[in-house]
Amino acid sequence: MRLNSEEKAMLAGEMGPVPKLAIGHQVQVGDFFGARDFVPVTQAHIMADTESLGEHGVQWLENLAAAKKGDRTVRIPTITDPRGTDFSKARELKQAPWMLDLERRAIDAFVKLGVSMTDTCINYQTVLAATRGEHVAFGDTGVVIYSNSVCGARSNFEGGPSALSAGLTGRTPRYGFHLDAHRRATLHVRTRYTPGSLNDWGALGGVIGRLAGNYWDVPVIEGIDRAPTSDELKHFGAAMASFGSVALFHLVGITPEASRLADVAGKGMRRHEVGRKEVKALQQSYAVDAKVDVVVFSAPQLSIFELRALAELCDGRRFKVPLLAVTSPQVKPDSDRFGYTRRIEAAGGTVFAGMCFYQSYAREIAEANGWKRLATNSAKMVNILGGYGYVPMLASMEDCVEAAQTGRLA
Amino acid sequence: MIAKAKAASRVATVRFHPRVLKARHAMGDRVSGEALVAKDGFSARYDLDRIAGVFSRPAHKLAGQSYVGRILVLDTSKGGVASAWMLAEMRSRDKVPLAIVFNTVNPILVQGAALGGIAMLAGFDEDVTQLVPNGATVEIDPQAKTLRIVAATGR
Repeated sequence: MRLNSEEKAMLAGEMGPVPKLAIGHQVQVGDFFGARDFVPVTQAHIMADTESLGEHGVQWLENLAAAKKGDRTVRIPTITDPRGTDFSKARELKQAPWMLDLERRAIDAFVKLGVSMTDTCINYQTVLAATRGEHVAFGDTGVVIYSNSVCGARSNFEGGPSALSAGLTGRTPRYGFHLDAHRRATLHVRTRYTPGSLNDWGALGGVIGRLAGNYWDVPVIEGIDRAPTSDELKHFGAAMASFGSVALFHLVGITPEASRLADVAGKGMRRHEVGRKEVKALQQSYAVDAKVDVVVFSAPQLSIFELRALAELCDGRRFKVPLLAVTSPQVKPDSDRFGYTRRIEAAGGTVFAGMCFYQSYAREIAEANGWKRLATNSAKMVNILGGYGYVPMLASMEDCVEAAQTGRLA
Repeated sequence: MIAKAKAASRVATVRFHPRVLKARHAMGDRVSGEALVAKDGFSARYDLDRIAGVFSRPAHKLAGQSYVGRILVLDTSKGGVASAWMLAEMRSRDKVPLAIVFNTVNPILVQGAALGGIAMLAGFDEDVTQLVPNGATVEIDPQAKTLRIVAATGR
């Protein structure tokens, strides 16, 4: 990679050991992908729950945080993805004390590094959405795909070490979706089906993600007949990223870079037709058991509008199985003020803030609580939780709430 | 029975094509070991029981098999950003693959391999999962960006 004088100084350790380590990591990744230089970034977003970090990762962060004050501080606004717990309700999840200790240590280290603990995977709805053409270094695949596609921003998937490095250096290697060449569509998906519910949007995203199949594929979708809401595109993108590792999609006539198909069409695009049949098939593939042990709304965290809809569905009910709803620390106070939290919890549900269900020691809390059969409206989550020993089932928010009351998914 | 054994021997002979495969992207140190091959994806969070060191997602083609100390030859990286931390954490407990070889890779696995010190190759002109027999002994040379099939013991 070609480095400017400031970057050479960082790499030589002239700005301290922390920037040296950070830029060394970035050069290694940039060289792998053939990046020609760095591009300045305006924000970084770090995914770093302690289930992923483990003791080793937390010690790594603590070592960075032990550096001299001034050498260790992030240079640009740097925020965090959900944590692995909501400390105020960890007991309800039956999380062990060691999990909480590890979380506290990681948070202490991040704070010393100057990171703002926003603990959200919906920062584009709650903190500060990136704008068209803005170069950023975002972690959480759902955040990246939404920011790239809906906002027109430019980010690769930046895992925790790389996003933190970007925060510490204020730049990231210029490769992948920072470049015009990688933003053109590689597959053209036609559909006559515009989903209705959030789980339908997620399932359609999952179907297209499977067709794409890898990070470098960019789907352009034609045929959606109305402007989707932010929550609909949130579920659509998060599932596409989860099922296919996709980081960018275009919706013709809707997303900012694709006013017309010709604006984004790449040479030799593969062509597919998808519709209601494929969406139903994906949903049916998860409908394996009528009984439900737990109902979870998470991944991505719920917006205030999703909590409003959930509160309305909870009114007048009494749940037989636990119902967990997870939102961000920015949304939770509004949910409390508007009475949504009270209405959900009056039915027997619980509203958590600042965590994500699958990033909160999902395997261990399943064993501690006897949870196996899980109902959710998140296509992203059903794709993930199979690996954690769950039997995940995908249904609408309405059917999931009904399942919390009856213990059975209709 | 004898005819069957002869046929199997012929198949094994035909399947072994000693060759060197060239990658476009490479990272890490030179290693050699047994290849665990599948035309499937890889995510440390979605696909693995990282405590036991086995593939755990039921739908994965390597479900139930140990990845520890083996050279994974897979189609592509999948899923979330957690793998960027997890490879280093797995390395700290010696529950880590020796190297990972992909047809295509996303940045997360590259970032994870960089932090975890794991050799990686990616980007081949042909489907690498079809060229390397499962169980073969292979040598990864990131400096030369090559994968060499040393012995195709195919299982």
